[in-house]
Amino acid sequence: MKNRIDMEIKVPNQTSYLAMVGRIGEDLVRQLVRYQGDREELAQHLNVVLTEAMVNAIKHANRADPDKDIVIRISASEQEITIRVYDSGSGFDLCSIPDPCFDSDRIDDRGRGIFIIRSLMDSVEYRKANGGYVLEMKKLLA
Amino acid sequence: MNIKHEIQGEIRIISLREERLDAHNSDLLKSELNSLFESGAKNIVIDLKEVRFIDSSGLGVLVSGFKNASARQGSLTLCSLQNQVRSMFELTRLHRVFDIYTTIDEALEHF
Repeated sequence: MKNRIDMEIKVPNQTSYLAMVGRIGEDLVRQLVRYQGDREELAQHLNVVLTEAMVNAIKHANRADPDKDIVIRISASEQEITIRVYDSGSGFDLCSIPDPCFDSDRIDDRGRGIFIIRSLMDSVEYRKANGGYVLEMKKLLA
Repeated sequence: MNIKHEIQGEIRIISLREERLDAHNSDLLKSELNSLFESGAKNIVIDLKEVRFIDSSGLGVLVSGFKNASARQGSLTLCSLQNQVRSMFELTRLHRVFDIYTTIDEALEHF
């Protein structure tokens, strides 16, 4: 029986859609009937990385333009989940973003989004695609 | 943003009545906190009992409030974290920065 999932979501470039898309990530985990790991944890992690990746696209790449769109493609098989978040920005160097400072005397308000994505996913790439850029995140399931 | 305010002596208690604290609503909490600081408050407890989800923007606003309170020789403490929210504090090591208590009463005892 076929059990691969491929979906594409297109939403306006607005933070009011974060909860809806995050919930789709959580619901996706319910369909992974053969996944042996902690489902609740995986559902939360997908919600978090979808939220962080969308915020990155909305605020930084698409410059908070509410008339733009964000396209999200999610593929899930028994082996892995791949999430791609497309933006129409001019890109940035993923490797140039440092981890946040953990010293409580020099703690910063910002700069944890990419660190969180890198921590929760098995691979993260940011590259040119479709006239803009795509943030591709993979989670191994088996 | 749905927030319940309480005052216990010189301590302000803010209970967030939201399921998510994320980039969509965190600026509203920041405005609330800034208003409190500008009105002279410096000791704040934030009750996160109803918050099931937090992202880096939500964490950032809490860090901003923590720094603001510290700069005024006060403190901003947290209580009643759900497991998913606690896991985000641990992932970002912020559980080492904030004083985090199980209940509001426990948080109030430490002032």
